[in-house]
Parts: sequence; C-alpha cells; structure tokens
Amino acid sequence: MAQDNDNHTESQLPQVLVLRQPGCWTMLESNYSHKFNFLKAWDSPLPQDQFLAGHAGSVQALLSSSIGPPITANILGMLPSLKVIVTTSAGLDHVDLPKCRERGVVVASAPKVHTHDVADLAVGLFLDVMRKISAGDRYVRDRLWASRGEFSLVSKIGGKRVGIVGLGNIGLEVAKKLEAFGCSILYNSRKEKPFVPYPFYSSICELAFNSDALIICCALTAETHHLINNKVLLALGRDGIIVNVGRGAIIDEKEMVQCLVKGEIGGAGLDVFENEPQVPKELFPLDNVVLSPHNGPCTPEYFMDLCELVAGNLAAFFSNRPLLSPALDK
Amino acid sequence: MESIGVLMPIPMSSYLEQELEKRFNLLKLWTVPHKTQFIKDHSASIRAIVGNASAGADGELIAALPKLEIISSFSVGIDKVDLKTCKEKGIRVTNTPDVLTDDVADLAIGLTLAVLRRLCESERYVRSGQWKKGDYKLTTKFTGKTVGIIGLGRIGKAVAKRAEAFSCPIAYFSRTEKPDSKFKYYPTVVELAANCDVLVVACPLTEETRHIINRQVINALGPKGVLINIGRGPHVDEAELVSALVEGRLGGAGLDVYENEPEVPEVLFALENVVLLPHVGSGTVETRNAMADLVVGNLEAHFLKKPLLTPVA
Repeated sequence: MAQDNDNHTESQLPQVLVLRQPGCWTMLESNYSHKFNFLKAWDSPLPQDQFLAGHAGSVQALLSSSIGPPITANILGMLPSLKVIVTTSAGLDHVDLPKCRERGVVVASAPKVHTHDVADLAVGLFLDVMRKISAGDRYVRDRLWASRGEFSLVSKIGGKRVGIVGLGNIGLEVAKKLEAFGCSILYNSRKEKPFVPYPFYSSICELAFNSDALIICCALTAETHHLINNKVLLALGRDGIIVNVGRGAIIDEKEMVQCLVKGEIGGAGLDVFENEPQVPKELFPLDNVVLSPHNGPCTPEYFMDLCELVAGNLAAFFSNRPLLSPALDK
Repeated sequence: MESIGVLMPIPMSSYLEQELEKRFNLLKLWTVPHKTQFIKDHSASIRAIVGNASAGADGELIAALPKLEIISSFSVGIDKVDLKTCKEKGIRVTNTPDVLTDDVADLAIGLTLAVLRRLCESERYVRSGQWKKGDYKLTTKFTGKTVGIIGLGRIGKAVAKRAEAFSCPIAYFSRTEKPDSKFKYYPTVVELAANCDVLVVACPLTEETRHIINRQVINALGPKGVLINIGRGPHVDEAELVSALVEGRLGGAGLDVYENEPEVPEVLFALENVVLLPHVGSGTVETRNAMADLVVGNLEAHFLKKPLLTPVA
C-alpha cells in the first residue's frame, strides 16, 4: 500500500510498463525518465503475476522486447487498460497479435532502425565463413602459422550466387552490399517484388539448389518456422553455406547441426539460435562455423536511434497522435 | 624448353610446381640441404626465378646467376626483388596484378567488419560459454564510417567500391592526386588518418612507403580509429603499432601481413580489438591458380620471344 502511495505522488508522467529490461534500457532510462514513468516489473520483489495484479491495472502502455517475456494472451488478460504495445524489435513473433487485434491494442515496432547493423553483420558473417577469418585468427593465436605453415586455401567470393530468404529492408541491404563483392543475388520471399533486379524463386528448395550461399533475413512466422529443413539443406549442398540473422527457429537447428557435422553443407554463420543463449555444442569443434551471440543490432548508434523511436511512439500515443511506426498486419 | 632451369626458392603452390615441371627444369631450392652449393652447381642452366611475397631475388642471388633472364613473381608486390639490379642487368620482371585484386579487397572489408563488430572475439565469447551468463557488449557500426585508403591503385579502388556499398565516404592519399577520382584527396597520410575512421593500407612497398604508418599517423587515427593492413608488413612500424594498441591510443587493427612473417607479436594475442590473419589476401584456389597461370604464361612468353603478359614497368 505504501508503494502504491509512492507511485501516485511520485509522478504525473504517463505510465509505461516494462516487464524485463530491453537491450537499450540504460540509454532509454537515462534519456527518457523525465518524460515517462517506467513501471519496472523486474525491480519488484513480487513475482510478475502478483506485480501485474497489484500495480498494472491502469497501465495503458507496455514496452516489450524480443528478449523479454513473450506477450501472451495470459499477460494481456492481466492488463485491462492496455491500449498500446511498443516493441524494440522489428520482429513481432513474441507478441500474440490476434489477441491484440481482438482487444483493440495497437502495436508499434522498430522496423528500420537496425537494418544496416543487421545487414552489416550478415555480410560480416558471410565473409568470415567464406574466407575463414575467425578460423585464421585462431590459427595465428594458436601459433600454428609458424609450426604448420600456410593456412588452407578457400574459394573466391566473386561470382558466388547468394540466395536471400526474405527480401525486406534487411534482405535488400544485404543484396546491395554483396553485389559490390561481385556476388549474383537471387531470392525467395512471400511474394515476388516488382522493380527488383534479382531473379525470384517461389520454391525455397530451388533457391537453395541454385545458390552457393543462403542468407536468412526474413521474419519468424508460422509459415517460416523450420522453413530451412533437411530437404533445403541437402539442396544447398556440400559446398553451400548458410547465414542466419533472422530468428533461430527459421532453421531446423537439429537438422542443420547434423548436416554440418556430416559435411552435408559447407559451413554456417549464425547470429541466432532456437534456444538462446544455448548453442548446440556439436558446433564448437567445427572450423567452418562462425557463431555470434545475437549481436545483429548491437551498436551504440543503433541504440540511440532505437530509443528515439520508442520514445517517439510512446509520446505520440500519449498525445493522441498517430504512432510513428505502427506494425502492419502480416 | 625442358632444359631451361627455373629456380623456386620456397614452396608456394603445388599447381604451379606441376605446371612448371611440365615445361621447364624446375629446381626446388627448399628440398636441397646445401643451397649455396646447389646454386653454384646449376648456375649455368638457371635462366629464370619464380619468387613470391616472402622470397624473391636479392642482389646476392642475382649475382650468383649469370644466365638469369627473367624473374616471374607469384605475387603482385615485388618488394622482395632487387629491381635496381634487374634494371642494370636487363633482367625482366613480371608479377600477378588484377587476378588477386578482388580477393584482397574482399579481405580488407572482411577484416574491417571483423574488427568493428568484434566477430572473432564474440565467437570466443560463445565458444567459451560466456553467452549463458550475459549478452556481449556493444560493438561499432560500419555503415557510414569514413574509409581512408593509402594508394588508390587497383586494390585501393576495389576496396573503395565495396566500402561505398556500405555508404562509407571515401578519402585517400596517393603519391599524386588522381584528377578523375570523385574521392576526397589528402596530401599527407597524417591528414588522411586524422579524417577517417578506418585506414586501409593498399599501396606497393617501396623505400618511400616503408613505415608509412608511423607513430604520428597512428596517433592521428586515434583511440576510435582502426588500421587495416593488406599491403606489406613493413608498411607499418610494428613496434609503434603494438604499443599504441596495448596503450589504447589506437582503436583497433586488422592485419594480414607482418614485418617478419610468420612471426606475429604475441602481445597482440591478448587484445580483443585486433584480428590477425596469416597472409591470406590472395588465398583462394581460383586466384592462386590464376596467378600460377600468369607466372607460367609470362615465362613461356619470354622464352618463346613473345610479348610478356604482365611485365613490371
């Protein structure tokens, strides 16, 4: 009860519920605490359900992130006054969208803030796997250059066919960047994109068969869950490599690990996994695999832009203006 | 042509050895125990040397081979060939330009991304199980950063083309300003270093460019700047580079070459803002084969009295 009184007298600022700290929290709190009263569920000694029952009855705005708890129908049910969810990710696979639609809760996402950083990472992972950069660095640090001699030769990047899965903002940026390295681009997407100079493949297997590398840049949805299965991986082939900067579950991870261990595909660059931060330990001894701890959007510049967008969406909501980046129906 | 002696000082490509053996009498110096005696014994028949980035032909070797007519290098850089002596004696020199341009430029950007986005370090983070304890820290965005290039030749231009796709403004230093270039020119390396985020060494190694990256340049590049060396180790004052990295005066480095390969200063192994590669710039099967074809092609052209394919001016 005392805590309730504190909240009431403390601030007339609009309340925003945050269940778990998003990656940009430090920057968000230091730059925007004077504009919003952040209700920090993780700070409370109470378990989440009790906290929501006791303190979130009048909350209209929820800030969520893809690393926070998924916004399920259950959680939505405990927030009777909720009107808006602002998420810090472009992906919405962690939000029960049909329930939101039913309740009339609007959702704002962060679709373009991280485009360049994620595309840069996709290209970086591709270059690393193809040219064995991390493996070469290990070779030097393990003092093998002096003892074993020249490092192994790899295959040239110029002329390689790169199949992009999902030609959205990130996919298009990856395509543009890889063209400068002399790669030919092909793609698969839900629909063919007009005015795009790259050949479209409606079948993901055909795309894999015709590619030397696959780069996963699409969203995780019911349709794309385990889109990259054993059949697709075998079509990609022994010399093919796969890069994933989307979501772990787009690839059937168990199958991919088996293919890598057996040499049925040539290598992988992975920023995301089905069960982060768990990474299948069978991958650790493999020199043709590059592992990244979900670092796609991970630069200070990205976080500043993100905080600005998140605060902008919240401010728009509270002053009855249109959201800056409303999420479209999928 | 099978009696023509072609001397190869160290192994560099089995495909190249194979192709040379089909046409010439290939003398593999690294397989013999007494090298000086071997050279003496064969000095009447050795008319060509095939060298590379690590072993070329210095004044002493040239003097020991009175029948030497041509040195065909399995590299584009020919800093290991005594060009002055070759010119005096009318010995022709060829190298392998163009075929390796793309691979080296690809690697320059790969190194840049690996350093800025800490790819190797975060790989270690995952493999050592630390990700389970917490997220990796923030890294540095590449898109939009200013890239400074030393030497706007074939490789420099190819690096610029790739960096432009990341919306990077490009600046350069060259012996002379290039009138048809749209990039910003700086008349000194220090000024270039002070005005860029990533500095790429892409010029040939000559007496003038030895230690072109010195303490002054490193300090100008600064604690947020990154040095990428895809040229030659001696382009950089390695001791100064190491102390700058250890002291934090330089933000990071991606190195493919070193002053004394294969030795790499071990104090760098502890640094997470450094990526170290074992001279793999042209290390693809396709490119090494294309380089070998050029070496063989140049030798054939010379001995068949046809125009050389890629003579060094």
